[in-house]
This record gives sequence, structure tokens and C-alpha cells, in this order.
Amino acid sequence: MTEADPVRLYRTVRLIRRFEERAIDLVRSGHVVGGIHPYLGQEGVAAGVCAALRPGDVVAGTHRGHGHVLAKGADPARTMAELCGRVTGLNRGRGGSMHAADFAVGVLGANAIVGAGGAIVTGAVWARRRRGEDLVGVSFLGDGAVNEGMLLEAFNLAALWRVPVLFVCENNGYATTMPVAGAVAGSITGRAEAFGIPASVVDGQDPEAVRAATAAAVGRMRAGGGPEFIEARTYRFDAHHTFEHAVRLDYRPPEEVARGRSRDPVEIAGSRLAPDRRAEVDASVEAELDAVVAFALAGPEPDPAGALEHLYASGLTARAGGG
Amino acid sequence: MPRLSYRKALNRALADELARDEEVFLLGEDIRVAASNVTAGLLKRFGPERVRDTPLSEQAFTSFATGAALAGARPVVEFQIPSLLFLVFEQIVNHAHKFPLMTGGQCAVPVTYLVPGSGSRTGWAGQHSDHPYSLFAHVGVTTVVPATPADAYGLLVSAIRCDDPVVVFAPAGAMEVRSDVDVASLRPVPLGRGRVHRRGDDVTVVAVGHLVHDALAVADDLADQVSVEVFDPRTLYPFDWDGLLTSVSRTGRLVVVDDSNRSCGIGAEVIASVVERVRLHAPPRRVTRPDGAVLPFAPALDRAVQPGREQLRSAIQHLMKDG
Ligand SMILES: Cc1ncc(C[n+]2csc(CCOP(=O)(O)OP(=O)(O)O)c2C)c(N)n1
Ligand SMILES: [Mg+2]
Repeated sequence: MTEADPVRLYRTVRLIRRFEERAIDLVRSGHVVGGIHPYLGQEGVAAGVCAALRPGDVVAGTHRGHGHVLAKGADPARTMAELCGRVTGLNRGRGGSMHAADFAVGVLGANAIVGAGGAIVTGAVWARRRRGEDLVGVSFLGDGAVNEGMLLEAFNLAALWRVPVLFVCENNGYATTMPVAGAVAGSITGRAEAFGIPASVVDGQDPEAVRAATAAAVGRMRAGGGPEFIEARTYRFDAHHTFEHAVRLDYRPPEEVARGRSRDPVEIAGSRLAPDRRAEVDASVEAELDAVVAFALAGPEPDPAGALEHLYASGLTARAGGG
Repeated sequence: MPRLSYRKALNRALADELARDEEVFLLGEDIRVAASNVTAGLLKRFGPERVRDTPLSEQAFTSFATGAALAGARPVVEFQIPSLLFLVFEQIVNHAHKFPLMTGGQCAVPVTYLVPGSGSRTGWAGQHSDHPYSLFAHVGVTTVVPATPADAYGLLVSAIRCDDPVVVFAPAGAMEVRSDVDVASLRPVPLGRGRVHRRGDDVTVVAVGHLVHDALAVADDLADQVSVEVFDPRTLYPFDWDGLLTSVSRTGRLVVVDDSNRSCGIGAEVIASVVERVRLHAPPRRVTRPDGAVLPFAPALDRAVQPGREQLRSAIQHLMKDG
């Protein structure tokens, strides 16, 4: 989508919002074990970025990854089934929240290791372009990732070899409890600029602004340019991880949270639709999510006898662990 | 018959696979000028796209290879120093190795990691002399340690063709080995299949990598006292348990000579796996580096910490006295 499409953008933002809220319900009810890193508040970034991509483009997500997976086009029902650990899940119940992947739509996976995705997506884009495919890649990363050495190495490789990867830093103000000011010397964009990577800052709460910035960067990359960098300023509305719902951690002043939540991407995108159109979208999202949750909970649990299936692509089987 | 060196065998394997499959490419530091001599002549023949010299960014280029492999390429990554594997252990184990299972079988990661000159290089001291193959066997990454030029060729070819990540250790102590080989007879050597270098009836000596040559020399020395069978696993993971059990079931005695640190080294696994299945005539023995070994610089100290022929000879003699 190189043109604005407010309805589609709103639908994606709304879908991610309600998906996450349903997922949190399923964490509370015990259907999603291990909890999740909610994407609440940041929906505009994934929705805006992926709206400017083509189906053949690839993205690498993060531990806070459901938004990236959904926005790139993975089936919400199979995504929810994956969170619930069912064989009907994207990863057949082998990945869960932090590893949800759908190669068929270009999602190389959420990744639980901070800063790990950049080099992987750079290699994937390079290899496919060498084969003559016309694609770009996106590496989503948090503000915490910009202090990981491997990611900085990846900036260097992508820039040096002119691999068209868009690095999208979702600056939500915190890495777990650590504020950006306590962790980042210099600036976030300065890291990219040091490698000659064009960097810009965008309002991450406005999905259309993110889409437009991405479309511009991706347009330059498709025209033969190297990597680019966008810092999307955003705010995490909820916990770092749902464990925080039970354990109060004191690191964000309530006034700051209130201020952050006052700029809601769902409201910003929704205000651009006529009220009845918006109500239609909301109703269709709700109906879809009812079906999503029903599908997820109806999926069979995997057979423990196959716990190590897919360990080796070569067909090797591992020795059993029992006595 | 022409004499083939171990180093040349690796070089030939790389050249043959680059010629056979467009998806094979090499990554590494100073491979352009073949600092390790293993990539000699390959830049000229295959060009800089496929013989890619990298910046000193081991973590990023290791994960770049993962990404390229996810996209269908077959990268071979050369490391200048065995201890660089510690630096990229996370990238290999946590990403390359785990992706197939975590994604529920959506992908394969066919990367080969090649370490020309693993183990002691005599005089390179603490940080250049490690032999960490047992770590990779422990995590379940396919691990090969060829002893001879023909096996170096055949195992490297099989590693490149394998759909899983494979680490290839080319021990410094074997790199200068030359043998009479009909070059036209070079073939892929199947992964996971050991080789009996010398038949014997009284004791099976399992020797890893360059130590195969030491074991053969000791077996010859002791020939009038004891009949030694020398078993070279060639692949440490997956291990050829059937091949080894066939040998030990016949000899009833077992000694392992292994250049790992003693605790949790592959020698421990070999002994445990055999005694779980076979009642031996005498307690098995192993000759290894000491626990926690750091190779000291001075040549006599360096040698003192590595498993040697004298230790192996006395282990065999003691074991024969034990029963
Ligand atoms: C390399 C690494 N270090 C630490 C962690 C533990 N951890 C998980 S998420 C997280 C915070 C990441 O912050 P940021 O990159 O800003 O992303 P956000 O959680 O804000 O989306 C940490 C420290 C990890 N998963 N990986
Ligand atoms: Mg953050």
C-alpha cells in the first residue's frame, strides 16, 4: 500500500488491539501459559510499517511480536492457536508467543533474543536478492536493542553490502524497567547515522505517519538504496510482560502513563473514519476475534510423543532422554 | 598416486561444492586472500559475491548466514580461531539450531561452520588453542572432526549438503597430514558414520581428529603386546553408536583419547553410552585435557596439557592389566 487506506489501517490497528486484549484474557484464564509481552499502545507501528510492504517482503519481529506477525498477514486464528500451544498454531505449538513465525507470509519469526533479528533478516534479504528476487526486509527492534553489539554489527553489514533492510526502532521509552535515558548514550538515530544509514524519527502513535515514512524509505530502497532506519516514538500502554499484572514494579510515574495512553493509535486512526464506518469495522473485528478464540481453543494439544519433531531438518532423530 | 594434503582436501571440497551448487557461498575474515589457505584460488574462480570477505563482526555474519540459509542459501562460514565459536555460540545454538523446531518445521538452516586449525597451534597460547567440539555435541549441533585428507574432503562436502547446521573442526594437528589419495576417488563421507582405521581384538581405542594418528602410532608400537582396534567416530554428533558398539562388543575393552577438557567432554559421553549397553572386561579409561584446561604458552607446557601418546600407551597397558 503506497497510498493511504484509512479503513484498512484502522482495521489492522484495531485487530491487533483486540487480539492482544483477548490474549491477555487467555493468559488470565490459563489458556496461554508463560504470559505475553503485550503490544498494546504500539499497534500503529506494526500496522503502519506493514501497510507499506508487499507480500513478498520479509520481516523479523521481537519478543513483543504479535503485532508484527498479524500486520504482515499471518492468520490471527493460527496465531492465537500458537499462543495456546495447539497443533493448529502457526508453529504447530512449538514456538509460542515469542517465536511465532509464518514463512509463507514473510514473517521470519518473533525472536526472544533482543537485537537478534537484524542480522538474520539482512542475510535473508541478501540471499534472495542474489537470486534475482525483488524484495526488502524489515527488522523491528526495541529501544533496548540499540545497545546490543550484534545489532550494531548488523547495521554495518547491511550498510556495507547495501542490503535493503529497514530497521524500525520502536522506542517505547523502556527496556523492561530501564528508561532510555538511563541506557542510551548519544542518540538512537545517531547509531544508524554512524554507519551512513539515513535515519528519521516518526510519531509511532499515528499509523498513517508511520506508513508514509515507511513508504518513502522502502521506495528509496526498492530504487536501489541501501538500508534505512526509522525511530518510531511510541508508548507501551500495559506491562512489559503479563507477569507484571501480578507483581507491581514501580518504574513509570502514573502521570507519565496517563500522558502516554492519551495518544492512542486506535483513536488516532479511528478518528479518520466516519463513525458508522468505524462501528462496522469494530463489529467485524469482534466477530473475527470470536472465531479466532474459538478456533484456538478447539485446536488439539500436541502429542508429547512428538515433542522433538522438527528438531532436525535433515531427518536426524535425537536419542531419547529416558533411562 | 598423488599426495593430497588435508588443507588441499578442504580447499577442493569448497571448490567442488561452489561449482556444483549456486546456493553455496563462503563468508569469513580474510578468505579473499586465503589467510588460512583453505580458500586459496576460490575468489578468482567464483568472484566476490560468493567468496565474501567480512568485517570483523562474527556475531552478525554468523546470523547473516542463518538468514541466508532461511532463504535457501547454503553458506559456509570460516572462523579464524576456534575460540571465536564461543563468541558466536549464541547465534549458532539459540538461532540456527533452534529455528526448525521452534517454527514447527517451517524452515531449514543449512549452514556450515568451518574452523581450520582447531586445538593447539603450538605457541599460540591460551586464547587460540581451544577445541570446543564437545560443546556442540552437547547442544546437538552436528559436529565433525575429520582426521585424514579424504575424510576432510568427504565430511566437508556432506556438511555443506546437510540441511542442518554443521560445525567442521579441522584440527591444527591434522592440517599438515598428507596421504596417498586418488583424487578421482574422493567422495562425500556420510555424516554420523565412524571408521575403523585398524582392526584389533583386545581393546577399542576411540580417537578423535588428529589423535587418530597418535592412536595408530601407539597401536603399532604395542602390536607385540596387545591387539588394538582404532575407531575414528569422524562425526561426534550424531555419533555412530552402532559402529562403536560393534567394535567394543568384540574387544570388550575401551579407551578414549579426546582433546576435550575432561569434565563433560565427548570422552565421558562415549564411555557412558558404551557401559550402558556393554559389560566390559575392565573399567574403561579416557585420556583427555585436564578439567578446565587453558593451554599455557611455553611449548612443553602446551604439550603437557594435551593428550599424548605416552598417556595413551600407559592407559592401554593399565587397562589390559585390569582385566
Ligand atoms: C539479549 C537479551 N538480553 C536480555 C533479554 C531479556 N529481555 C527481554 S525483553 C527485554 C527488554 C527489551 O527492551 P526493548 O528492546 O526496548 O523492547 P520492549 O520490551 O520495550 O518492546 C529484556 C531485557 C533478552 N531477551 N535478550
Ligand atoms: Mg522498549
